[in-house]
Amino acid sequence: MKKILFTLLFYFIFLIKSFALIEVDITRGNLDPLPIAVSPLHVDVKSDNFKDLKVKELGENISEIIEKNFKNTGLFNPLKKEAFVQKPDIAHLKPRFEDWRLIKAQALVTGKLLIKNEKLKVEFRLWDLTAAQEMTALAFTTTPSNWRRVAHIISDKIYERLTGEEGYFDTRIIYVAESGPKSQRIKKLAIMDQDGSNTKYLTLGNELVLTPRFNPTNQMVTYMSYFRNMPRVYLLDIETGTQEVVGNFPGMTFAPRFSPDGTKIIMSFAKDGNSDIYTMDLESRVVERITEHSSIDTSPSFSPDGKFIAFNSDRSGLQQIYVMRSDGSNVKRVTFGKGIYGTPVWSPRGDLIAFTKMHKGRFYIGVMRTDGTGERLLTENYYQEAPSWSPNGRVLVFYRETKAGDKGEGFTAKLWSIDITGYNERKLSTKTDASDPSWSSLLSK
Amino acid sequence: MIKSLIYSISFHSLMIILTVLSLPFMLREPVDLPPIVSVELIQISDKTRIPYAPKARKLIEEKKKIEEERMVSEQAPPSAKAKEKPDRIPMPNEKKEEKQIIKKKQNPEEIKPEIRQSSEFEKKEIIDTNQIAALIDKAKEVEAIKEKKSNKVTQSSQKNSFASGLTLSEEDALRAQIFGCWSIPLGLPYDQNLLVRIKLELKKDGTIMKSEILDHERMNRPGQKFYKVLAESALRAVRLCQPLKVPPTGYDKWKDLQLNFNPTEMLKG
Repeated sequence: MKKILFTLLFYFIFLIKSFALIEVDITRGNLDPLPIAVSPLHVDVKSDNFKDLKVKELGENISEIIEKNFKNTGLFNPLKKEAFVQKPDIAHLKPRFEDWRLIKAQALVTGKLLIKNEKLKVEFRLWDLTAAQEMTALAFTTTPSNWRRVAHIISDKIYERLTGEEGYFDTRIIYVAESGPKSQRIKKLAIMDQDGSNTKYLTLGNELVLTPRFNPTNQMVTYMSYFRNMPRVYLLDIETGTQEVVGNFPGMTFAPRFSPDGTKIIMSFAKDGNSDIYTMDLESRVVERITEHSSIDTSPSFSPDGKFIAFNSDRSGLQQIYVMRSDGSNVKRVTFGKGIYGTPVWSPRGDLIAFTKMHKGRFYIGVMRTDGTGERLLTENYYQEAPSWSPNGRVLVFYRETKAGDKGEGFTAKLWSIDITGYNERKLSTKTDASDPSWSSLLSK
Repeated sequence: MIKSLIYSISFHSLMIILTVLSLPFMLREPVDLPPIVSVELIQISDKTRIPYAPKARKLIEEKKKIEEERMVSEQAPPSAKAKEKPDRIPMPNEKKEEKQIIKKKQNPEEIKPEIRQSSEFEKKEIIDTNQIAALIDKAKEVEAIKEKKSNKVTQSSQKNSFASGLTLSEEDALRAQIFGCWSIPLGLPYDQNLLVRIKLELKKDGTIMKSEILDHERMNRPGQKFYKVLAESALRAVRLCQPLKVPPTGYDKWKDLQLNFNPTEMLKG
């Protein structure tokens, strides 16, 4: 009898319990940038001086670089320092979360640095203010002159922790620096950090250079140069400065790019008004012909797994984008839209292809899936082209020219970046006019 | 034999009674509240600080339209008459009464605040020039999912309302509050399951005693970094929103609460 009663009681309780849990579906939120407070890094008073580095201001400078990186992503909203309530050293030890929440911050970055025996030691912590706990903490030791890179690496780590994606701040961009009037343009290869600092020129500007591209380790650059008025593809070692011609082609080679493993260069070779796609193995120097068609095939770009190649060709009449296997078989046209398509670039994630489109005299930068579906045009202008992906596949850098007057006046070319969602379009600061950008992979990888 | 038969019958009938008592849908009928909901929603949006409350705005616009129609149909005729016959004999008492009725129908006390509210929304949008682009985007997204959304919300609300005991407006209040607190991390993949289920134990004042991510083992799986970020953002939203806007009564019903966060629709826009 007792057993039965117990069973009944249990049954009764179970029935009530099973209907007690309320479920509420939350399908919307806000897409505003995340408010984040970047406290200046605390500089240890025991720090030595290092050359002409202003050690006292270093903490502030590093936090400023981090803030600027975050602001440029469009995903974060760094809060103004005037509103900060805690001093950097105390905040780094144990922040008063309620005080930081008061200024509407959701995440907080604190840190400290010490220069001892010509070594810079930087540590930082990322705090989740609503949960009142530490999200990540890391320390780096390096030579003090590397402080900018440390700031970028910290930015990358925080970005990765907060978005779940790799960052892209500790990277460089190689581009063609331009100066002089339009008819007598001087073009030099230049390299800079992604935030526009540390610009260095790699060539003197005696001959025209175009389309520089990094290899996967960021040590080598392949580009096209009109050295002795013969347009050819060259290879440049950034560290040593040595240059060499790629392959012994009896004609013009152009539009080079490295394969994802860095062992090959893929490019176009033009002869008798026809151009086809070739690869050259950098070690064995073996040249392989990939396409064989009477039309102009150019702008090849490997998929990140190396199995496919995207390129543009006018074999259908107008220039369109095609995808084929890396041995040249199974060529498929992927763009069927109105206008001319060119400069396909496979995303490092492998899911999208970025391209330039020209339609009715306007230029568009867009992305599409690798089978050509889901085309999204991100930006439109008078003249812009040559998109290049950030290493995490979220941002594109490209260049845009403004219309020149009759005498070539009012003409500028600048680098711009845009998020693949089509928002957050920004002009990159370069010392001179700039074109043909190429984004490196993460340097610290 | 007879004894056991009696036992059997009595226990079976007891079971049936218990089942009827404890299964809510057998006892209560689903509440049918559509017209009331629309009014309460607007009040909700006034309290919460959603940067852009599309639902409320839509409703306000609808209200405006209705109001305009009323104005046209009910107010215009007398003024037109007055113009046509300026030296007319003063209206009889009956007509005055009618006018008063019309005034009552228009309900100026209730509708005016809503109108003011809508203009406040617009002001906010205009002043915030930095975010105009973002707002345009949101507007687009809202436009695109407008119809789907309204259907879905009512469906899920109906499902929940009779299972749980939260009324539509109570649930909407809670939902609207959390919408405002949840910053969806950008850069989420489009082609993955983005459902985060969070189970909460609440105190009577709506503060959180315990929160738990139901699929937390997925957070540490390789290639699912984004999921951890998403789950954390959902937790952050709940904590930011504390105390939650829970009904003043029926604590036993909502002390355990499950929130299903899913930004998929928002991202597809």
